[in-house]
Amino acid sequence: MTATRRFLPGWLSSYATLYILFLYLPVIFLPIFSINTAATPKFPLSGVTLHWYEDLPKTPALIDATWNSLIVGVSASILSTVLGILAARSITRYRYPGRRAINGLIMAPLVLPEVIVAISMLLVMLQLGLSLSLLTVVLGHVLVCIPYSMTVLTSGFEGFDRSLEEASADLGESAFGTFRRVTLPMVAPAIISSLLVCFTISLDEFIIAFFLTGTEATLPIYIWGQLRFAAKLPGVLALGTLLLFASFVLMTIAEILRRRAARRTQNEGGLYA
Amino acid sequence: MLERVQSERIQSDRTMIDIRDVTRSYGSFKALDNASLAIREGEFFSLLGPSGCGKTTLLRMIAGFDTPTSGLIAVDGQPMDGIPANRRPTNMVFQSYAIFPHLNVEQNVAYGLKRLKLAAGEEKRRVEEALAQVSLTGLGKRRATELSGGQRQRVALARALVMRPKVLLLDEPLSALDKKLRGQMQVELRRLQQAVGITFVLVTHDQYEALAMSDRIAVMFGGRIAQVASPKEIYQRPVNRQVADFLGGMNFVKAEIVEENGASLLLDTLGFGRVRTDKPKAFVRNGGAATLGIRPERLRVLWDNASAKFEVAGKVVERHYFGEITHLIVEIPGLEKPLSVTETNDFGADDIPVGAPIRLAYDPEALVAMAD
Repeated sequence: MTATRRFLPGWLSSYATLYILFLYLPVIFLPIFSINTAATPKFPLSGVTLHWYEDLPKTPALIDATWNSLIVGVSASILSTVLGILAARSITRYRYPGRRAINGLIMAPLVLPEVIVAISMLLVMLQLGLSLSLLTVVLGHVLVCIPYSMTVLTSGFEGFDRSLEEASADLGESAFGTFRRVTLPMVAPAIISSLLVCFTISLDEFIIAFFLTGTEATLPIYIWGQLRFAAKLPGVLALGTLLLFASFVLMTIAEILRRRAARRTQNEGGLYA
Repeated sequence: MLERVQSERIQSDRTMIDIRDVTRSYGSFKALDNASLAIREGEFFSLLGPSGCGKTTLLRMIAGFDTPTSGLIAVDGQPMDGIPANRRPTNMVFQSYAIFPHLNVEQNVAYGLKRLKLAAGEEKRRVEEALAQVSLTGLGKRRATELSGGQRQRVALARALVMRPKVLLLDEPLSALDKKLRGQMQVELRRLQQAVGITFVLVTHDQYEALAMSDRIAVMFGGRIAQVASPKEIYQRPVNRQVADFLGGMNFVKAEIVEENGASLLLDTLGFGRVRTDKPKAFVRNGGAATLGIRPERLRVLWDNASAKFEVAGKVVERHYFGEITHLIVEIPGLEKPLSVTETNDFGADDIPVGAPIRLAYDPEALVAMAD
């Protein structure tokens, strides 16, 4: 054991470096080529420019796609968070037969092949007589967002000491007042975190949007469409860089909030006693 | 200080909490079975019993978190049925303390006052006063997460007391504290109760806690109230073996009832011969047999040639050392179970060899008769 340990550190750290490199190299290429003056993504760079970024707001189709993505993202995140709150509250607060099974079923879309989910959703929508529009995209996104929303919310709700709500009632507060003054502030970080996670997922989601969208494209669909024209590639790279950056920031904030929520609800009792 | 804590206090005889024939059933299981109790105004009252005896259920029904299946609970003459927890003149200190983690100490204490819409200065004054009562002055701005266990408990106390309730309910408030802090808080809680004069109802499974703090104790088993009395009476005159056993060590000796009259019993026992004892108030004869009890510390070792009017002789079979006391197990001819004796170590009880003959003195006053 000690012998292997002596040999391994060098190997392990180079392995770890390669691992990270492999994960993030493609991501690093994106911003690099997005500031290249030439339209073809090739080293060495022919020059540095922000030209491609400046062009973005001048493309009406892109502006439309951005608006569509925002509308879908906001609606999907609110809807899935509301549904997630109800489900997470029931799963963390009450004990009833089938609780685990229900939890499993809600989490399942996470591991289903997305193409299959998208095709089935398309079939259902058509059967229901819904014409494809942003609404159908929102419904599709709610389905894929709920597992993420549940994960974030259950970690925030878990360990919520029920006696906190009783203490509030005991001190004279009404049921609604208790919700407003105790329950909500305590789980607010988890709720905001869930909203951000769902928004980010919806913003980046392609397959379901591709199947369920009508004539209105979301950003990933717009990007997909642009890829047919070689000359548009730098613009796509610039847009991709911005999306990447926005997702990264949103997910970071979401994770910070999720941890804060988990800390809040779980620090009752022994830890600080 | 200690004298003040232990001194007798003027108490009114007015009933503050009236519990009448209260039953709480969960299906066929009765968590509380036809309990009746009158808790007096200004009293420090303890509900004592093992877990599952119904003491917490009773406390939660007084607070309004649970509803009796049948029976009546009245606080200060007002029936409580249909009145929700947030409109009862009671406040509670929770076992987990339930300090709001998103608020600081001051905001926690002021939580209930916010609804009363007091003048700004008045609210601040009452919060300060409550913090002073529990020795937390100056910690108002601390976050709830920065407090020690003892401080959290004080915040919970201040938060309840600031509401000036008619009754303060305490659900195992000391169980999360370490032994030393627990002893200190017992004294402080008692002192606080005397200072504010509010009726305290404490739930505990720790007999020493109940004995040290209460004016009166109700001992509960299996959803029923077994005995209600002062700590001294509960300890010295338990009504049955279960109560005696729960309140600390007790030697049980089989006895035959020879004669029974209004106030006393004449009993025949094997080791202690024929003894006359007070008849317990709740004594209900069950055939001719009864049990005689004596606490281990009421048996004293007789040294050398010393003699006593009442004594039993036997042989030491086990010896256990506990620092300030030694625990001896003594076999007495004729007794089916050996007697347990605790003796202080001042005279060398810790050196008595196992197997040595020994004589034990007792005061017949210390013998207590219990129904079988």
